[in-house]
Amino acid sequence: MPWPWPLVSWLVIKKRSRTGVFWASVFSLAYFGFYRQGCVCSIGAIQNVTLALFEQSYVIPLAVLAFFILPLVFTLFFGRTFCAGVCPFGAMQDLVAFRPQKTDPRLNAILGVIPYIYLGLAVLYAATGTDFIICRYDPFVGIFRFNATFGMFVFAGTLLISGIFIARPYCRYLCPYGVLLNWVSRVSWRHITITPTECIQCRLCEESCPYDAIDMPVTDGNPEERLVTTRKLILICLLVPFFAILGGWTGSRLHETLAGDSPKVRLAKTLADPVKSRHQPETFEITAYKSSGKPLAQVYDDARSVLRQFYFGGWILGCFIGLVFGIILAGRLLTRYRTDYTPNRGACYSCARCVDYCPVEKNGLVKMES
Amino acid sequence: MEETGKDPKLNRREFLAKGLRVSALVGIGGLAVLTVKKSLAGETVWQLDPSKCIQCGRCATNCVLAHSAVRCTHVYAMCGYCDLCGGYFKPGTKTLNTAAENQLCPTNAIKRKFVEDPFFQYSIDEPLCIGCGKCVKGCGAFGNGSLQLQVRHSICVHCNQCSIARSCPADAFSRVPAGKPYLLKQITLENPK
Repeated sequence: MPWPWPLVSWLVIKKRSRTGVFWASVFSLAYFGFYRQGCVCSIGAIQNVTLALFEQSYVIPLAVLAFFILPLVFTLFFGRTFCAGVCPFGAMQDLVAFRPQKTDPRLNAILGVIPYIYLGLAVLYAATGTDFIICRYDPFVGIFRFNATFGMFVFAGTLLISGIFIARPYCRYLCPYGVLLNWVSRVSWRHITITPTECIQCRLCEESCPYDAIDMPVTDGNPEERLVTTRKLILICLLVPFFAILGGWTGSRLHETLAGDSPKVRLAKTLADPVKSRHQPETFEITAYKSSGKPLAQVYDDARSVLRQFYFGGWILGCFIGLVFGIILAGRLLTRYRTDYTPNRGACYSCARCVDYCPVEKNGLVKMES
Repeated sequence: MEETGKDPKLNRREFLAKGLRVSALVGIGGLAVLTVKKSLAGETVWQLDPSKCIQCGRCATNCVLAHSAVRCTHVYAMCGYCDLCGGYFKPGTKTLNTAAENQLCPTNAIKRKFVEDPFFQYSIDEPLCIGCGKCVKGCGAFGNGSLQLQVRHSICVHCNQCSIARSCPADAFSRVPAGKPYLLKQITLENPK
């Protein structure tokens, strides 16, 4: 199914049509969501690709690989048009964003770390072959299939109802694939612009973005003193590695907790605990272990190797989260000057809502109010 | 640079963006090449290996579908056509007839049909089967193990991560090529493995 990506990209970049993007997202919700029932999706494909990289025996179906690669490539060329009109999760939340409110930028920055943590955990669990946590905690697949469990229904309901006021809560504060698209979109070849030609600073688009993804002009009369900026830079250069090492250390300390979800580790723990194994009824896992005829030493060895993987994984995951935290903090410390209203390339979903607010037409004239 | 007449600072930023764009493209391409080597054109489907299965009963309850996609399959080539069938009758059944209180299957999904003395044929009424594995356990304990659990691909919704596989205590679930989607044990006189 490679055709929705070029179509949506064309609607966003060339036609600049909100109506077109809207209907594309309705179609995607119906087709990828309710007809194909939302599985396999690009978000979950992260885990398949990771597993394919780390586990020798796993072969990845080409379709799943395409679901992972194509949106990234299109985002690299045209911005996050995938989020606007192809992803059924995004489409569903986009359609319920009736009363979007402004969110506090500090809170936004803090909550924005969650997708990185989620991505890191998903990669760790997929790489160790433990579990696909993105699929496990997928809120919307139960809605697409009309068979959500109670917990899933509550999760999806919370997201959709809060999504009326805080637009796209999953995309902004959870989606791990969004992290990758965010990175790629920052250096995209083309990207949606609010104005077709030149910004006239009319401020009409200021309130148009439901996702707070429009960067306001920063043209402060008296720019920061050089000394202040230098001090900030030194602070950042010290803070970022500090956070990375602190995060890595914390991650490595948590490796046993993280590995607790691995069935191999759980089995070894139960077998190693003589009190538990004697006084409690035999679990199915123990029955299966007994009938498999595996030596006990093998079980302990397996568990130990999983724990070792999680120890290294914990360091890498922790470093990654610390690094992200540090860089986000650095981004908030530094001021970037810009003259025009521009969509933030990382955060913008290319939904094209702002386009309709801009009074500048392609020929450079200002639209007349009727 | 001079022809554009732009601020040189902006050009540096553009240069960096271009460099990053190219490296991102190379990165994505590299990732694609690495994984394409380990990919296959067809799909994979979930299946359980009956030789690992311990009939814990989680297949019936842990599928994302309310009525599990795991059903019992009867490999007739392995069946002994016993009168006293360990998969059909509850242990300790006195009179071997089809009375409901004698049946092991909670949903009456196994049909018993007289063939010739002393042989009976057992068939699975698949729409009734819930995949609990009670009959599989009974047949394996007493008979030849001709009743086996399998994921029915006409019912399965093909989740990326099977939720039964996640909870299977025997690690019996795996992804198999869609072209060869069933993993039945076929132990017969001609194939005594």
